[in-house]
Amino acid sequence: MSDITAGFSEPPRRTKTAKFRWITLVGVPLAAILFQVYVPRFFTYLAYLELPLLVTVYFSLRRRSPPFGVLFGMCIGLTQDALWPGPSHPLGMYGIVKTLVGYFAASVSQRFEGSSALLRLVLAFFFFFFHQFFYWVLARALLGEAISFEPIQTLVLAVLNAAVAVPLFRILDKLDVTD
Amino acid sequence: MDLILNRYRNLTALVAAILVQLVLLAYQVKSNQEVRLIRVWAVTAVTPLARLLEGGRSGSVNFFKDYFVLLDVREQNKRLQTDLNRVQLENQVLRSELDTAERGKALSVFQEQTQMKTVAARIIGNSPGSNGRVVLIDRGTGSGIQPGMAVITPDGIVGKIVSSYPTASNLLLITDPTFAAGVLSQKNRVHGTLKGTGNSNVIVDYVQNEQNVEIGEWFYTAGDDRIFPKGLQAGIVTAVRPGRTVKEIFLNPSGLQHGLEDVLVILEGDHKPIPDLPPVNQSVHLQPLPPTEGDPANPLNTAHASTNSGGAETDLDREVERTRRIGEDQKHVFGERGRGAPDFNRVPDPGATRPPAAAPPQAKPAAAVPTTPSATPSANQPRP
Repeated sequence: MSDITAGFSEPPRRTKTAKFRWITLVGVPLAAILFQVYVPRFFTYLAYLELPLLVTVYFSLRRRSPPFGVLFGMCIGLTQDALWPGPSHPLGMYGIVKTLVGYFAASVSQRFEGSSALLRLVLAFFFFFFHQFFYWVLARALLGEAISFEPIQTLVLAVLNAAVAVPLFRILDKLDVTD
Repeated sequence: MDLILNRYRNLTALVAAILVQLVLLAYQVKSNQEVRLIRVWAVTAVTPLARLLEGGRSGSVNFFKDYFVLLDVREQNKRLQTDLNRVQLENQVLRSELDTAERGKALSVFQEQTQMKTVAARIIGNSPGSNGRVVLIDRGTGSGIQPGMAVITPDGIVGKIVSSYPTASNLLLITDPTFAAGVLSQKNRVHGTLKGTGNSNVIVDYVQNEQNVEIGEWFYTAGDDRIFPKGLQAGIVTAVRPGRTVKEIFLNPSGLQHGLEDVLVILEGDHKPIPDLPPVNQSVHLQPLPPTEGDPANPLNTAHASTNSGGAETDLDREVERTRRIGEDQKHVFGERGRGAPDFNRVPDPGATRPPAAAPPQAKPAAAVPTTPSATPSANQPRP
């Protein structure tokens, strides 16, 4: 256990932590959620773009703090849950998944340089697949829902989301106020 | 203890967050209740932004169309479309009246239909998940909407309200895998349960292999679920095959055929009989005529008015009378092969004054709906 966590509790070794204004930390996730709520009405295929997930990954990577990643992912996930109503989707489903994503993304950033485009591509791909898979596991295990999981389709969507993540992260880099 | 917590600070934060959410989940699943306060906050926070976006989008699109691209062509197009819809409506009436003598039944269906109390709503957002079939509508408890209410378009059923908030409500579409409603086939009176599949089709479950269901057959709501009134169109059968224990029946949901923009939430429904005639002989139900848009000199309206004095009691009577007079005026014999259709733009008596337009039963978005021929549930039946 100590081997696993030792690296995570060490201070960042290569680059310093990015800083963002509080309005960025609130506004960008809200915009991402609003995008997912509103835009697919007109462009149905954009429903497969998990912008809240990408935003979670980005800010967790840049802040390099697992507690921050946990809190950030939990807030975004719970907001998504709250907008998805009914007993078929209780609060906490997306919350738990995004909490884990935030934690792991922040943990990875303590080991690797988070501004590399290749790493961002790989991480976005990996976390999308993880997100979808873990959500499926939770829905089956905790809610007993008989929903199907299609690995090939999820892999394709993961590639698409990763392709969007790289330019999106580059744009979000502009909001960094670190000197 | 403090040392351990401090050393494993990150893991402690993760475990605490997961635990809190697991407890939250367990509470909801166990008590079958939702944490309403959080949902109200989230919906109330997002609704104004979504409305703002929708207003900005539609406003800018309309502005662009009105002033830069088409100037007043859009207005003219709207007027022509209204005329076209009216002519198509008249054709429906003619076809119906020539095919069947059951005019009384048509009137009865019409009267029953208008008894339904509905409220019009506009869809302003989708569910936030990538595989969700839940949409957000801009009417909530303030408009009398409550969870469990049925939602329809004039083409058929759309879904049901799963949660309502002061300014908005969540609508579960019939394509959602968790959706279910009792349905009844039109021809063979086969009972089943309509379920969503997660894609654009829906299925009818629990129909025994021995029961007879045909491709092209219509399914209507059975009314036994106590959500949808009996007799609303659900969809048309696109595929049937025997399954292991029950039949596999796929429907094309009629309510979603023309996309979803405006919907009607049924506040007080009324049950109707399921039509048992084949579509060719079915009477056509007509919505009231749309109110014309400030054009008292419209010849069609004046013709409409002129027929109003003939003792006709309903709009359907007036439309039939007017059509008959146009036919007589142009010496056209309806139903004769090879004669084509009379010119409905030539009206026999353009000098009459126009009566007040019939008020539509619901608010603004729905007011435009009845002008289309598809606005009549039974008018959507396949024709020979």
